[in-house]
Amino acid sequence: MNVIVEREKGLLQLEQRIDELKAQAAQQPVDMTAEIRALEEKYAQIQREVFGTLSPWQRVNMARHPKRPLGSDYIRALDQFDELHGDRHFRDDHAIAGGFAKLRGRRVIAIAQDKGRDTKEKVLRNFGMPSPEGYRKVIRLVKLADHLGLPVVTFIDTSGADPGIGSEERAQSEAIAQSLYELAEARVPIVATIIGEGGSGGALALGLADRVLILEHAVYSVASPEGAAAILWGDAARAEEAATRLKLTSDDLLQFGIVDEVIPEPIGGAHRDAPGTVTRVLDAVDAALGVLSALPPDQLREGRYRKFRRIGAAAG
Amino acid sequence: MPMPEWLRLRRAQPVPAEDAAQWTKCPKCGSMIYKPDLAANAWVCTSCGHHFRMHAFDRIAMLVDADFTEIGGELVPGDPLGWTDKVPYPQKLARDREKSKLTEGVVCGFASIGGYPVALGVMDFNFRGGTMGSVVGERITQLFERARERRLPVVVFTASGGARMEEGMLALMQMAKTTLAVRRHHDEGGYYISVLTDPTTGGVSASFAFQADVVLAEARAAIGFAGRRVIEQTIRQKLPENFQTAEFLLEKGAIDMVVERKELKDRLVRLLDYGSGAQRPANGAVSGGSVVTPQPDSAETRA
Repeated sequence: MNVIVEREKGLLQLEQRIDELKAQAAQQPVDMTAEIRALEEKYAQIQREVFGTLSPWQRVNMARHPKRPLGSDYIRALDQFDELHGDRHFRDDHAIAGGFAKLRGRRVIAIAQDKGRDTKEKVLRNFGMPSPEGYRKVIRLVKLADHLGLPVVTFIDTSGADPGIGSEERAQSEAIAQSLYELAEARVPIVATIIGEGGSGGALALGLADRVLILEHAVYSVASPEGAAAILWGDAARAEEAATRLKLTSDDLLQFGIVDEVIPEPIGGAHRDAPGTVTRVLDAVDAALGVLSALPPDQLREGRYRKFRRIGAAAG
Repeated sequence: MPMPEWLRLRRAQPVPAEDAAQWTKCPKCGSMIYKPDLAANAWVCTSCGHHFRMHAFDRIAMLVDADFTEIGGELVPGDPLGWTDKVPYPQKLARDREKSKLTEGVVCGFASIGGYPVALGVMDFNFRGGTMGSVVGERITQLFERARERRLPVVVFTASGGARMEEGMLALMQMAKTTLAVRRHHDEGGYYISVLTDPTTGGVSASFAFQADVVLAEARAAIGFAGRRVIEQTIRQKLPENFQTAEFLLEKGAIDMVVERKELKDRLVRLLDYGSGAQRPANGAVSGGSVVTPQPDSAETRA
């Protein structure tokens, strides 16, 4: 069970009580303003207490909240989107959608991972775990972007690349390696945003970018907490402990220089104001593209090289 | 080029001794093997042909003509996350240093193989399962950067359980860092051969292992993205015996060839020869090293 959803239950009752009072106040001549205000203040206080500071594990749960805006919500909020399907080899992977788009009037190639909202969509999208075909779609779209001089905008949200038999048979490693390889020297600006869960190489495959943005309660880690716990201690149940140790929160990542900018979320998380959050993200991406688009391709690539070159340069 | 002490020792003839420590058991067929025999047989079981995992020093000694100049050896890992579980991360590192006699999970340097000068990187599973942390990423990156400056081909032997958990995202980012270096080396005409050895998985297989011009695998090596256990847990069924083996990948078209260890050096020399025309000689001196052009068999005499 999602620990954030659990925490929200108490608040939900309070919310309902306030709504009831408001409805009563509208119908009856009695003045209930003071009572409503008192409840609203109490609500705000509890909200601050509950969501003001979140532990790493709570952040993981926030990033996985069932109502959190997904990749398709960002795609829908673009001025326009013309999806380009498939990897031209095997099939169309619905864990990653991509195509031509306009963002604040700017022509771009937009690529988004998506976990799916309801059960049917989750199955269709393989719970957001891309297969090699998904990454090969990315490769082909980045090539297209490079060819036409269009910036690349990616939205990252996955617990990791698909670990199934078919994915291994079709060389998942090679697909991710080549996606990184393609992004490495693309002559166009690349802006990546971690909107939910950034899990391992399956996320990084869309994350080798000139600017890496992250939503406040999104997480980005070397492996999913469950995966890390399984690898380290042979016990996926110790995910909370792994989440604490992995330093996967937006503040940690900013400190390590792994992300460039943290985009704030409303108190209680992105889903408390999904349209507002989506707008803020698109504004931030647009602003980043504005800066990057002024740079000549060689300078852009040199900057990209240096950005990653300095990460984890160990002391000699 | 100077010869490191370990290389001199590993190339010397083993001294026979009737010592229990000189015997080891093949994990595949169970036969007891006299270690000097095993070493003389390229760490391949004399009974069943099983390829033992090799120490990086042994691998280098087996491959290079006579010389090896290590680079990046001075780089040692820090503890960026302040990681502790059963034991603090620095203690795990100290234990592995002691056990493996290595400073990190990869040994990089310049050497020549069959007369062809190369930049050579050899990963070692004995050091934290060959996992890639900041130092492995940095050494590999420096290897490709120095090879680019010197216009040298790169040969990398991979053996890795993936990204190193104890260095968190800094470890994952090494996939991006090494990719950028591999790509630059390539775009400036560099030739790169990777040899996937047992096991090559996770972040290493999903970055520089599969970015080479030619991808070889040692016979029967386990190669894949996700670990076998993870897949079995996900699909809740046993996997076929040959799943994720070098031979399986060859059949699926994911790698260029599978090579038996004893034939590896000869094969490598042939492959280096095909690419020797592609290494465009640089004009004049290049910063960071002298210009080296392939001169087969010229380095043989410098023992």
